[in-house]
Amino acid sequence: MLLKTLTEAFGVSGQEQEVAAILREQVSPYCDKVETDALGNLIAIKNGNEKGPKVMLSAHMDEIGLMVMYIENSGTLRFKPIGGVDPRVLVSKSVYVGKDRVPGVIGAKPIHLQKREEADKPFDIDGLFIDIGAKDKDEAEKLVKPGDGIIFATKYQDIGTSRAKAKAFDDRVGCAVLARLLMMDKQWNFTLQGVFTAQEEVGGRGAQVASYSLEPDIAIAFEGTTASDVPGSKEHLYSTSLGKGPALTHADASFVADPRIVKRLMEVADKNGIPYQMRELTTGGTDAGRIHLVREGIPAVVVSVPTRYIHSPASIIDKCDFENAIKLMAAFLDSIEERGLPF
Amino acid sequence: MKDLLKKLVEAFGPAGNESRIRDVIRKEVEGLVDEVTVDAMGNLIAIRRGQGPRVMIAAHMDEIGVIVTHIDDEGFVRFSNMGGISPFMLIGQRVIFDNGTIGAFGMEKLDDMKDLKLNKMFIDIGAKDGASAKEKVSIGDIGAFHREAHFQGDRVIAKSLDNRAGCAVLVQALKELAGREIPNQVYAVFTVQEELGLRGAKTAAYGINPDVGFAVDVTGTGDTPEAPTMAVKLGEGPTIKVKDRVVLTHPRVRRFMTETAEKNGIPYQLEILEGGGTDTGPIHLTREGVPSGAISVPTRYIHTPSEMADMNDMKNAVKLFVAILEAKLDEAIL
Repeated sequence: MLLKTLTEAFGVSGQEQEVAAILREQVSPYCDKVETDALGNLIAIKNGNEKGPKVMLSAHMDEIGLMVMYIENSGTLRFKPIGGVDPRVLVSKSVYVGKDRVPGVIGAKPIHLQKREEADKPFDIDGLFIDIGAKDKDEAEKLVKPGDGIIFATKYQDIGTSRAKAKAFDDRVGCAVLARLLMMDKQWNFTLQGVFTAQEEVGGRGAQVASYSLEPDIAIAFEGTTASDVPGSKEHLYSTSLGKGPALTHADASFVADPRIVKRLMEVADKNGIPYQMRELTTGGTDAGRIHLVREGIPAVVVSVPTRYIHSPASIIDKCDFENAIKLMAAFLDSIEERGLPF
Repeated sequence: MKDLLKKLVEAFGPAGNESRIRDVIRKEVEGLVDEVTVDAMGNLIAIRRGQGPRVMIAAHMDEIGVIVTHIDDEGFVRFSNMGGISPFMLIGQRVIFDNGTIGAFGMEKLDDMKDLKLNKMFIDIGAKDGASAKEKVSIGDIGAFHREAHFQGDRVIAKSLDNRAGCAVLVQALKELAGREIPNQVYAVFTVQEELGLRGAKTAAYGINPDVGFAVDVTGTGDTPEAPTMAVKLGEGPTIKVKDRVVLTHPRVRRFMTETAEKNGIPYQLEILEGGGTDTGPIHLTREGVPSGAISVPTRYIHTPSEMADMNDMKNAVKLFVAILEAKLDEAIL
């Protein structure tokens, strides 16, 4: 199952090769060309009419995580975050270090040994370390090395009636949306450029160079976005809610969505009876922030699957939102075939 | 120039929704130039073709504003900022949306005024409930401040002098150059989304691929009681930028600008802006790099609905741009 395979894959920013390999195998039979560029973006093309527009769909392969910085004489590992990691969620989590998935635990001083003032506040990253069970530095060095990425050791699980729990739904759920669209046994009258990007979590780096080389006429980024429809959060700060459909963005900290594309998406959703919601916060940024400023400007939007607890070891989505995101995008692509671009 | 400035500052054009101000400026510049185009981001580009190097002059036409993020069942509208907005500045202000709907800003009960944040505030459009509010505004609608311009002596008090003052300078310079031969090709760009991170200028500069770049914007001053230290005063002339957060003015461009001002008897001040940046930033980093500079209109109370500037500084900025564009820029700078 695509969601399970993708969310369990190893792909800290800059080390997306495993995710790319899975996606390449999945989408290759359905695409005219699949290649990897200099920054590690996986680009899958479905050719259309040469005179037709170029439509770029993107989703980022990388996940937030950690990186080994230093191996102590004791054999424990010191690390730093890659992307937006909340240090408060790290203590005592099981992790895999490196592509060979050396198992470890993020350790910290146990409660018995903490002074009162230490117990009152969360650990910061410098107070944490990873224990891979090595007896000393020599043993640890045989298993891992500085620069190795570190992921949370979370298994995918279906929970509740329609929901799923996993790490890295941000943005493997977007990758799954894009893969499913590419795997539709269909060509359109325009060229579809599917881009699985690298290094979004460290600043939309892959998307910038990919859109420079592909020069699309329009770009849509798929994301797993913040859903804060949980106790303690006020309704106007939910951002999105699970189960209410894919979320459309008007503006976030990185870009203003092209209003003509947003309007077309709403029309398509209404016409086909597909639920959707508006993302009700303007914080955060995505690949679209980089893409829309490439060359002379590329009209762009973001379509997201609401995700609770993103950037943590375990996030939750509603699979109905995922399926509806695919339906919405398939209908949107059909609308481009029938009516052309919305501008 | 007062009439032009009044028209521009009172026009609606918050960052991300610049179509109305774009139409206003388009009407002003059509006929003054050879071609007027709009690019993918929404930048308005007025082109004077001819001989000589390509000179891009950017004036951002967007103003700070707010975006609707949530409408509750009682009809209150939650919002976020588009550009740099202090919540304290909103108290007592009015916002206007594209369809003319006007709202007042309100806030939740606070124990301490220091706790005021945008997410504790809301817009009240006088709706009786959520359904009637949604008839007037939608999530994603972008609003601007609602204020008239007021002229008093040489001074003007208005919203959005940042950067309609710069737009007025650029439009006026095009008016004065109309019909005159000049040794440069001019790309006057009224950019979008400057307040959101200098975005419009980036794509416009890439498309134009200029040989020389300029921006015209507003800058802060140090001439009010207990002001931050800054050697810029209202009425002492436009500023020639030395540096801000995103650019160090190219030394040849800066020298050329100061020499041009002195030769033409135009008063000027040197500007070192410690916070903030302008469109010169993305322009000078375009492609292989573009020698660039900037002229600013000294302005007090920037990013409030009551900014203040001196008309003489704007008139002198026009003179300086006219003199710059009449010079052989390839010999002077390149």
